[in-house]
Amino acid sequence: MTRSKTPKSNNQKSLISRRAALKGLGAVAGGSAALGLAPGFVRYIQVSAAEPLKIGFQAHRTGIGAAYGRWYERTTNAAVKLINDAGGIAGRPIQLITEDDGTDPKRGSEVVEKFASQHKVDITFGTLFSHVVMGSAPRAGELKMPYYVVSEGHHVASGALNRYTFQPGITDVKAQVSSMAPWIAGNLGKKITMIFPDYAFGYDHRDYFSAAIEKQGGQVLKLLPIPATETSYTKYFPQIPSDTEVLYHVMVGPGVLTFVKEMGEFYGSNRPQIFGFIDSLEAVDIASPGLEFLDGTYFWEAYPRYAQANQSEADKFYRAAVGVDNNGASLEDSKDVATYSHMFGCWETLYIIKEAVEASGYQSATAADKKKLVEATEAMKGWKEGNEHPQGDKTFVGQIHQCFGHQFISKVAGGKLEVVHKTEIADGTYEPETDYTKMAL
Amino acid sequence: MDRHRSLAFHGGALALLFLLQFVLPPYHHTNFTSIMVLATYGIGYNILIGYTGLLSLGHAMFFAAGLYAAGLTVHYFNIDPISAFILGAAAALAFATAVGLVALRTTGVSFMIVTMMFAQACFLLILYFNQVTRGDEGLVLSGAARQIGGLSLTNPTFRYNLALALFTGALVLCYILIRSRVGRVLVAIRENEERVKMLGYHTFRYKLLALALSGLLSGAAGASYALMFGYVGATFASIEYSIFALLWVLLGGAGTVLGPIIGALLMFYLVEWTSEVTQSYRIVVGAALVLLTLFFPKGILGTLREKRLRWLP
Repeated sequence: MTRSKTPKSNNQKSLISRRAALKGLGAVAGGSAALGLAPGFVRYIQVSAAEPLKIGFQAHRTGIGAAYGRWYERTTNAAVKLINDAGGIAGRPIQLITEDDGTDPKRGSEVVEKFASQHKVDITFGTLFSHVVMGSAPRAGELKMPYYVVSEGHHVASGALNRYTFQPGITDVKAQVSSMAPWIAGNLGKKITMIFPDYAFGYDHRDYFSAAIEKQGGQVLKLLPIPATETSYTKYFPQIPSDTEVLYHVMVGPGVLTFVKEMGEFYGSNRPQIFGFIDSLEAVDIASPGLEFLDGTYFWEAYPRYAQANQSEADKFYRAAVGVDNNGASLEDSKDVATYSHMFGCWETLYIIKEAVEASGYQSATAADKKKLVEATEAMKGWKEGNEHPQGDKTFVGQIHQCFGHQFISKVAGGKLEVVHKTEIADGTYEPETDYTKMAL
Repeated sequence: MDRHRSLAFHGGALALLFLLQFVLPPYHHTNFTSIMVLATYGIGYNILIGYTGLLSLGHAMFFAAGLYAAGLTVHYFNIDPISAFILGAAAALAFATAVGLVALRTTGVSFMIVTMMFAQACFLLILYFNQVTRGDEGLVLSGAARQIGGLSLTNPTFRYNLALALFTGALVLCYILIRSRVGRVLVAIRENEERVKMLGYHTFRYKLLALALSGLLSGAAGASYALMFGYVGATFASIEYSIFALLWVLLGGAGTVLGPIIGALLMFYLVEWTSEVTQSYRIVVGAALVLLTLFFPKGILGTLREKRLRWLP
């Protein structure tokens, strides 16, 4: 009742006192909350007494990142359950609060704000798509919110972001592509044509792989950026120079199957060596009809989707906990293929957050405790392979807030991926381009 | 009498927005800041579709013109935010005028398609010049570069009041315009352009003026968004952001001064509240929009004006 009367009285009077307006607006806000029109407030009020460690999970539930987001969420939920079953973080259970960012940078920024101001989370984590990270990180920095992303973009290590943004659970693209170049030059060929999406993710490949292959004495003969709006690729294949020894492709999105099918039709059996990034086929079954042409080609993987003959105990543990079979698909639905080369980053990042919180003595979402958490994260040097880090050993460079790990090269054989090479961490490391530790907290 | 009612109504709305900053929780405080900036973009769009009757499907290009002109100059040349804002608004004004000189040679569906194609070309240009723009990933503007007279644009109170000042400026401009002789000619063009021509008016010039003003306000909103929120990205030039402006205006009421902010508020909180309840919130939002269109075919304020508030501009 209060809610419906207040605006009417405002309209009737041409002049209102500030006190009266404040009272009225307060009544509106109170009435709205009481009526359940502001569920976010209600939720916060309900949970505030439990004293959990609140982690805001920025999920791509809708939009272009939804396929990745689904698996990021499953992995995150599995890791949170394990951590909580084992006693939580510093004795406190994790309360995971998930919000959809629609894979949109503007909404991403709003979600960070919501985590900080409404849910009062201690930490925000989990963002994948680089434009969402770029849109969200400034607000995280302004709010002094520790923000752990799982994006693989070079944006964190490049120095474009801020003291509060970290990427400790997944190697960035610059390191990934740099570590591929020696093997490609040594085993497949040195004359490369690159096909990549005409947006930021593709530019990282274009810039850093081109530089890395040149260091190996190789040469990029042709760059073929494909616009995001493209639905057919036939016009691009004739542009590939005939003396190309290696066709390097990295495509993302719904056009991938068409791309591979049309590439197969163009080349037939007489093709150059083909090397791709598994991003092209994350959440896609390699044995799908139309992908037969990929047999005998090579892929970068951050983490082998198919359980290998020498599968580690940590990988067995991780697959079972998340619910992934030996072919990289859901245990409940063999057609539901995981984004296996990316989602481990959520798992490992949560364990890194646990380590950082416990090392820093973090207690509550105060500026002083957040400062200690940031400094504790920056002080980390790396992690050993194990159940908490199933993808493998990693080093962490606190100056650039970025980790570096092993990478894998797999060959498609019989509709599966078999690992043929594992890189050393040093193959991808590079000189720091920034020093976040010198920024004010 | 009607004029006084109208002034009180719009003045009251601005006073309400001013007072809200004292009671809004922090999250909603920031949301309202963003909504006022986006509603400025909506007011710009409304001048074209609501008062002149020209349906553009590419208005995000003007928002993006302001966003990039301000953002890139701050990022690469470290110019101060006030100059960047003026540059952003001026760039959008010049761009809208140039686009208008070509696009206004068409009408109706053709105008929609031409504006959409221009916008798509702009979007692709942003991706093409990715070495400068960083394409879809975009650029972050540092907090240090976003200071006005020692006050940081990251300060919530300062930012809220700047957004309110921007929105107030746009609202006053729109209000004065539609009550002026020029505004009446624009409305006449919307109702029957041929008749206006027969009365001796050079309608092309009036439409160009409407598009230029519309672009100016859209660009001012884009520049403000870049400076206030520190991010510049190609998403803001995508077709989605042209459609958003259309939705805000149609929901709030095309041809009403306050319609864009009501539409922007409604859209934001529809997404906000439904996403709290279900993961399939986009379906719910879609259904809500269909229902609103059925029961408020002229938008909320448009329907209110038709049924009760005849004096509403």
